[in-house]
Amino acid sequence: MIRIDNLVKSFGTKRAVDGISFTVERGEVLGFLGPNGAGKSTTMRMITGFMPPTEGSVSVGGYDVAESPLEAKRLIGYLPENAASYPDMTVQGFLRFAAELRGLSGGARRKAINRVVELCFLDSVLRQSIDTLSKGYKHRTCLAQALIHDPEVLVMDEPTDGLDPNQKHEVRNLIRELGRKKAIVFSTHILEEVDAACTRAIIIDRGKIVANGTPEELRAMSELAGAVTLQARGATAERLSELGRVEKLNGAFRIYPKDKSRMAQLAQEVVEMVNLHGWKVEGMYSERGELDEVFRRITLPDTVKK
Amino acid sequence: MRNVWTIVKRELTSYFSSPVAYVFLVIFLLLTGFFTFTAGSFFERGEASLASFFGWHPWLYLVLVPAVGMRLWAEERRSGTLELLLTMPVAPWQAIVAKFVASWVFIGVALALTFPAIITVNILGEPDNGMIIAGYLGSFFLAGAYLAVACMTSAMTRNQVVAFILSVVLCLFLILAGFNPVTDLLTRWANPAVIDTVAAFSVVTHFDNFQRGVIDLRDLVFFLSVIGFALFATGLIIRGHRAG
Repeated sequence: MIRIDNLVKSFGTKRAVDGISFTVERGEVLGFLGPNGAGKSTTMRMITGFMPPTEGSVSVGGYDVAESPLEAKRLIGYLPENAASYPDMTVQGFLRFAAELRGLSGGARRKAINRVVELCFLDSVLRQSIDTLSKGYKHRTCLAQALIHDPEVLVMDEPTDGLDPNQKHEVRNLIRELGRKKAIVFSTHILEEVDAACTRAIIIDRGKIVANGTPEELRAMSELAGAVTLQARGATAERLSELGRVEKLNGAFRIYPKDKSRMAQLAQEVVEMVNLHGWKVEGMYSERGELDEVFRRITLPDTVKK
Repeated sequence: MRNVWTIVKRELTSYFSSPVAYVFLVIFLLLTGFFTFTAGSFFERGEASLASFFGWHPWLYLVLVPAVGMRLWAEERRSGTLELLLTMPVAPWQAIVAKFVASWVFIGVALALTFPAIITVNILGEPDNGMIIAGYLGSFFLAGAYLAVACMTSAMTRNQVVAFILSVVLCLFLILAGFNPVTDLLTRWANPAVIDTVAAFSVVTHFDNFQRGVIDLRDLVFFLSVIGFALFATGLIIRGHRAG
């Protein structure tokens, strides 16, 4: 549904987005990760046709965004950064406005508004003016606007920014739910969201894609992935170091596999050693790897890397 | 066309749901009243016309119209709704025309509310009502020209104060180019052809014809081209921002 080909955006001499290519199909939820200023918002603005790219092309549903902007925009629902909306309008007025611009009228419009109001829990504030709403409600009002025409493509810039934990949870569930039938791209710098909602994640840094894969694949890039953490009475680092590099934690040991291909055997070997020496196991688990470690490792400038 | 209408409706609703509209209307009516009857010495003139009413409009609008127009795009850019609006399936020109038309209609409403002046002059004497209608038409186009300029300066910045000052300066130029004291000054060293050319750019020259009751196609074309040019420039400026 979304096809991005070698996208470049320069501001003066600075290349904010520097040759990004990816595709998103229906049924996919793509998480767009990266540090602040990595080019996430700029990329999304180019997908939605707000900014023309300096080089490269974006097509949505087969329509080139630069050549047939209106056709492409019809397919897209967009939640801009900071969820901007007209503060002097009521929630209802704002949604009606959005529905009309999306070409809905009469009964279809009423139905569409009812649907998104229910979806985004806006019932209680329908007649309030937007500037009197809390941040969470403002955010959901803007999200409702993006969903009003049941778009095939959904682009969201930090959809959970400024929400409380419960609201974050709801929005993530909503994204996952919607992702079954739509192509979704959303940006975030909260890594747990990748697990909670994405089928795939892209990490960008300084305008370039530095990692692209399923959350599992990204996690496997972590140094920690495949390590076994063991907490057992009697266990010693000397013995365990036969299996791999050992790190002493607070009352526990973490054993790293000698090489990643032997990840699966490591747990087995640890169990065998425990049995052999008759250690009393209090806890043991395999590490899946941590996304934020991967994220830090690949997005920190080389000089800061330890 | 439907998109334009949708945006016009939204803009107008937003004018009238905020106190700004009412403050503006009251001040506009107070000032027109003051200028017409006190400063314009309506009663002392002893003639049944609204000359003292219309004569002040270029100056009155100089301050009031940029106050209406300054928020048009500056506000959208500051609050980020510009992004929302331009990622809707709406062509930029539709948004530009719609926002302009909405505020022009608003000023039209303000102008229409001066109707007691017509009643007064009709009670007191036998005015040439055709002349008054022409005056109103001219005044409406005059406001439109200023408004389009304000729309353009509003697109240049996200700061409404800057937008206001810029448009006052530009509109002042549109007045002064044909203002008698200025043209008199020019006659000392420029030849009449140059002066006429400069004066032709002035809204005052064209507005005067309306005041005299003459609806000349050339004057209409002048105002419409000022509006068209300024709105076209607005489009270019907005496109420039998006291109970064």
